[in-house]
Amino acid sequence: MHPAYSVIFFTTASGAGYGLLALLGLGAVFGVAFPQGPLFCIVAFGLSLGLITLGLLSSTFHLGHPERAWRAFSQWRSSWLSREGVAAFATYVPAGLFGVLWLAGFEGGVAWKILGFLSAALAVITVWCTGMIYGCLTTIRQWNHALVAPIYVVLSGATGLVLFALLMQGFGSGRAWHVGFAMAGLVAAALIKSVYWRSIDQAPRDLTIGDATGLGRLGKVRQLEAPHTQTNFVQREMGYKVARKHARKLRLMCLLLGFGACFVACGLTFLLPAWTATAWLIVAACAAAFAVVVERWLFFAEAEHVVNLFYGTPQA
Amino acid sequence: MTSLPAPEERSGKKLGLVIDLDTCVGCHACAVSCKEWNTQGYSAPLTDVDAYGSDPVGAWLNRIHSYEVETADGQPNRTVHFPRSCLHCEEPACVTVCPTGASYKRAEDGIVLVNPDTCIGCKLCSWACPYGAREYDPSHGVMKKCTLCVDRIYNEHLEPEDRQPACVRACPAGARHYGDLGDPESAVSKLVAEREGYDLLPQSGYKPVNKYLPPRPRRTGAESDGPKAPKALEPLGPADGSLTEQFFMWADKVLSR
Amino acid sequence: MSNQPQVDTSPKTWDEVKSTTCYMCACRCGIKVYLKDGTVTYIEGNRDHPVNGGVLCGKGSAGIMQHYSPARLRKPLLRVGPRGSGEFRELEWEEALRLATTWLSQVRNEDPRKLAFFTGRDQSQSLTGFWAIQYGTPNYAAHGGFCSVNMAAAGLYTIGGSFWEFGEPDWEHTKYFMLFGVAEEHSSNPLKKQLGKLKERGAKIVSINPVRSGYSAIADEWVGVRPGTDGLFVAALIHELLKSGRVDLDYLARYANAGWLVIDDPGAEDHGLFARDEDGEPLCFDKTSEKLTNALLPDIAPALVGQFELADGRKAVTAFQLLSQRFLDESYSPDAVAERIGVAAETTRRIAAELAHTAFEEEISLDIAWTDWAGRKHEKTTGRPVSMHAMRGISAHSNGFHTCRMIHILQVLLGTIDCPGGFRYKPPYPKQTPPWLKPSGKRVGNRLAEPLGGPHLGFPTGPEDLLVNPSGSAQRIDKAFSWEAPLAAHGLMHMVINNAAKADPYPIDVLFLYMANMGWNSSMNVAATLKNLTDTNPETGEYVIPKVIYSDAYYSETVPYADLILPDTTYLERWDCISMLDRPISEPDSASDAIRHPVVEPDRDVRPFQDVLIELGARLGLPKFCNEDGSPCYPGGYPDYLVNHERKPGVGPLTGFRGEDGQSYGVGAPNPEQLERYIENGSFYQHHLRDDQRYYKHANQAYSDWAVEMGHRMLGDQIVFQLYLEPMQKFRLAAQGKRSEIVPQQHKKRVETYFDPLPLWYMPFEEEMAGGEEYPLHAVTQRPMAMYHSWGSQNAWLRQIHGRNWIYLNRERGQEQGIADGDWIWITSAHGKVKAQAKLMDGVNRDTIWTWNAIGKRSGAWNLDPKAPEATKGFLLNHVISELLPEQGGYRYSNSDPVTGQAAWYDLRVRIEKAEPEEQGRTSPEFETQNRAQGMRRAPEDVAFTGRNGKGRR
Repeated sequence: MHPAYSVIFFTTASGAGYGLLALLGLGAVFGVAFPQGPLFCIVAFGLSLGLITLGLLSSTFHLGHPERAWRAFSQWRSSWLSREGVAAFATYVPAGLFGVLWLAGFEGGVAWKILGFLSAALAVITVWCTGMIYGCLTTIRQWNHALVAPIYVVLSGATGLVLFALLMQGFGSGRAWHVGFAMAGLVAAALIKSVYWRSIDQAPRDLTIGDATGLGRLGKVRQLEAPHTQTNFVQREMGYKVARKHARKLRLMCLLLGFGACFVACGLTFLLPAWTATAWLIVAACAAAFAVVVERWLFFAEAEHVVNLFYGTPQA
Repeated sequence: MTSLPAPEERSGKKLGLVIDLDTCVGCHACAVSCKEWNTQGYSAPLTDVDAYGSDPVGAWLNRIHSYEVETADGQPNRTVHFPRSCLHCEEPACVTVCPTGASYKRAEDGIVLVNPDTCIGCKLCSWACPYGAREYDPSHGVMKKCTLCVDRIYNEHLEPEDRQPACVRACPAGARHYGDLGDPESAVSKLVAEREGYDLLPQSGYKPVNKYLPPRPRRTGAESDGPKAPKALEPLGPADGSLTEQFFMWADKVLSR
Repeated sequence: MSNQPQVDTSPKTWDEVKSTTCYMCACRCGIKVYLKDGTVTYIEGNRDHPVNGGVLCGKGSAGIMQHYSPARLRKPLLRVGPRGSGEFRELEWEEALRLATTWLSQVRNEDPRKLAFFTGRDQSQSLTGFWAIQYGTPNYAAHGGFCSVNMAAAGLYTIGGSFWEFGEPDWEHTKYFMLFGVAEEHSSNPLKKQLGKLKERGAKIVSINPVRSGYSAIADEWVGVRPGTDGLFVAALIHELLKSGRVDLDYLARYANAGWLVIDDPGAEDHGLFARDEDGEPLCFDKTSEKLTNALLPDIAPALVGQFELADGRKAVTAFQLLSQRFLDESYSPDAVAERIGVAAETTRRIAAELAHTAFEEEISLDIAWTDWAGRKHEKTTGRPVSMHAMRGISAHSNGFHTCRMIHILQVLLGTIDCPGGFRYKPPYPKQTPPWLKPSGKRVGNRLAEPLGGPHLGFPTGPEDLLVNPSGSAQRIDKAFSWEAPLAAHGLMHMVINNAAKADPYPIDVLFLYMANMGWNSSMNVAATLKNLTDTNPETGEYVIPKVIYSDAYYSETVPYADLILPDTTYLERWDCISMLDRPISEPDSASDAIRHPVVEPDRDVRPFQDVLIELGARLGLPKFCNEDGSPCYPGGYPDYLVNHERKPGVGPLTGFRGEDGQSYGVGAPNPEQLERYIENGSFYQHHLRDDQRYYKHANQAYSDWAVEMGHRMLGDQIVFQLYLEPMQKFRLAAQGKRSEIVPQQHKKRVETYFDPLPLWYMPFEEEMAGGEEYPLHAVTQRPMAMYHSWGSQNAWLRQIHGRNWIYLNRERGQEQGIADGDWIWITSAHGKVKAQAKLMDGVNRDTIWTWNAIGKRSGAWNLDPKAPEATKGFLLNHVISELLPEQGGYRYSNSDPVTGQAAWYDLRVRIEKAEPEEQGRTSPEFETQNRAQGMRRAPEDVAFTGRNGKGRR
């Protein structure tokens, strides 16, 4: 699948934003000691809702008719994309109120906690829906996989945790467990992604060009000519291919230079003087961003659409 | 609306195409006729980007592939031309994934359509289609797909015999057939039964309505249904004498002019 | 369901529908053009039309994009920069016509030969030819010489008809259909339609073609012969049939010259000619009376084999005996030819057996009574359901004439000509073998400004009919009807520019071309052609071809090389006539002609070429275009001509609705409302033959009476199939010095060898002269079904289907040479090299590489982006095809068939090598980018055609 940058940016940015929002909400429920004063709230919400909103806006860039995007709320009964839209929009309501109450000084109240919980729940649901947009497509073996939606949630959580740790540290309320949770999240992210990659590598490519055309009954099928001499929309959108070697390299980069580096940077906050911690967490946040961007790029680039069989790919 | 029509809402009519891979010569007549009708029809326009430039790419609703098959059963290898367009599936995920309801399956005849006024151009339907049937028109920001010429098949301004999809109307070789595949008595259903028409990618679970008729076996003399001719002709007469002499003896007849 | 959007299922996206004739290729299908506010919105096939019966190909449907092409010329142009620069000045029509008139009248007054008028893919040859007759130049022809003249000439000389326009299989009844060398073009919709029907009926289709594309792909059997060896394959079939006595002797006795006696007196001046009686009638030996008898008499019993003594004591043998001897020779046995053809002997034997079985065991009989030429009544019409069709793959070889003749003779031997299930003539065919029409234009003394005595193109029956000087040198600029190409029935358009530039046989002053892309894909050796057009005389500084007038609708590669451009309209903007006088659209059961009429008005300052030609005729004062008082005969232009022109009294371009009341068919006074009546009738007229006229047209009294009445034939005699072609022997005798005509020394051996009265196979010239180890592969082109020559590339829809071409090679062969899919390779012939991107495939003969024809374009031509894939990746094989054969005995012949002058495009031999890594990605040679002509707008970037805003674009 063609890795469209708007979609990569959307899913990674909003993923991190929802992760952070979920953590703020859960923090409220579990009584985490947030830094005092409105500034933290403004920055935290600015960051999470900002990432979410930027992500959502960017996702409309790849629409042919962004002005009609509101119509996407209507088909939640069947469409995961619609569900995502509904969930994303719905999240703003408790999240907004949650932030307003916080700013207004009602933090710690029941209403505030309930809104925090609702924000967290809707954030997770939204990310799950995002994952399911891809996960429900039976046309793409690499996407139609039980781990796809969980990966979206775990990666969203991991990036959220890194941002959460950075924010808390930045406001001087950093605790070891913040970073520890982030590190755990990174391990989980790297693990689930590794399991997923192993799984898609091992899954049989059991469809052939002969199955697609039904001509397999006669013998071995090869494409002689594509319909047109120039490539078309379907080939450009669905026919993107990344070389296996190149993909392996990128996977390694994602794991080592992304999640790994992020993990190390987090770890360094324990080993090096405390005044460097914020800086290390900034590095960690950058590494996490790098990791998820590479991961998402690969998520698209490695996805093989079954339609390519008609265009000469021998197997999918 | 992108929920599919419930079984009780469906009329039982399944309009679709039957494509004969034994007869298709790969001439692209159907594809161009389709383009021509639909660029001014329901799907208007089917834009061609960079039409006279270095990388022209247009929206087409029907495309003709060609394949070579290396046969395994002693039959000669063969070339197969393969037209491909929307199959108007019974369970089309391209419809159910649509977030706006722009994609829908008509209850009355099963035609899968895109409403160009509500499509947001998210392309998700094209991702959901295993058959590559949906194309994005970048200049108009909406998806385009085969409408089964919904604006021809019921069009009262056309002569009754012309109320069929443009591709079927144009096909010179008669390799395309249109009809109700929901009616076992229809000509197309009978053709499918007789020629063992098949579904593309039945494992997708989309239940395509359109059917493909497989190429017939080649007749190169090795099979029973070829001309009932001997493998070679018997030479004239006994083996003595030259070939020409024998022939002249044979041809020396009294014939009337 | 209630939420379902309401769809308007009965939109009326048109406000009128007009019927006319397609011109997206040469098929001439009937079309219905839908219009909205004067914009073409949709084109579909006309169900009532005899050619296509409603279907339409991809080209036809893309007519809209041809009509609205951005490459359309907009106004007359006069060259101001050097030739090739594309620098023009726009002219008003008056100025353009005045200039053309000045040039043409000067030539006409000085020496009319110095006008060479050649008209490409012209469908108005009865007008253009007539104009050239009146002008008085012998130098006129259309594109047949580089298309399929071998097919036409071989057929007309042998059976008085041929394939495509001349005849077609009896689709309804045939059970075994053989298709030779047909690259999905010519007669394409009828063929596709009927192939579909044959498949439905279970008739067997065998395709003989080096490439398994298109029709070959759906054939029941594909025989992938090596190019140029089809003749050997057919010869081996004939060998098998003769050897087993599976030929139709009754049919041969009745309808062929099988029993005619050939004088056997080696060294005599009439050796090899038919023995004739005192009335000049051919003789045969009647087995009943045991006497020599006029072979044309009915009810005799001609001996088909044997040697007989003539009255003068000399010996004579039957034509059939000679033919049998030739083909029974072991050299034509399936085993002997197997390796050369690339087809296993057992396959050839089996196909011969299948042919014989179908012809003789599956005979069919229809309840149709008919009367033969001798007045004998037959209660039933019987037939042998084997049929054939052949086209360019056979004819575009230097051995094409003889191969085509073999195919016709194979049909005659099986008794399948014009019978149920066999090959069937289309009216006005058959004609005499050959038609009684000799080439006109022979120059005797100094001829000035006089009309020719008759049509330029004809059918010589002996050296006396050639257009040569007493020394034997050619009189026509293309050397048609000279010793180089004696039976050049369609001329040699491909040699005109070359010969004119070399002043061989003489220089010309004006080259006048219509609708032929001679500056690119219609010429062999493009670079040399362009050089010929731009070379100057070092003394005068003038171009060696001083003036070039060109008429075309589009900005092709040829336009920049012309001096005066007369822009034509598109096919939807003009009148045209598909005439019985020319190449009509008849079917076996009906005689049909058709018109085009303007369904839209031009939005540019352009004029239909035919109108322009008629006006030039009047301005030049040509007889028959000008009345005695100097006023024009046809002030109303081409439609005026179509209605009022009479070739002989009552016979005009159109056969339908003649007579003052419009009730006459064929012969009748001009009807001023004729064209309106045609338009009402769907722009065609179809005259159905009576049942008793439908079959055995070569020997059917009712049919020949009708043909004579209509003026299609002069006499109603039986048409006798020429197994043995006597005119060939006359040329051979001349070459042997047995006749008075002088054959130039350098041509003697060639004429003697190839003017064999019996068909033979010989190795195509290029293979013989430059084949072998050095050039081990054949290279051929096929025309894609969605493109017609170069026209399609300007078409926004068709160019997406074929925007560039690949060179296809046999998978095994490619792999042996280390060539993979996508590699760029050099294709090198004895003449030059071209670079192309390779694709491997199974369905091609091992020794053959091939590509689609005319996809490669010159950068900037046709108003395409200079970086269009057509120019950067598309290529032409023309660059490696020489227009001349290698020198032999100090002389270079044109790369053509020695009998007809048919361009031997498919003789090409090459070798291939992988290009270097740094050479990947682009074709070579590339020519300098062609400038956009003055007044031509840049092509739009996007096309979103809806046909709804007057101009069809938004």
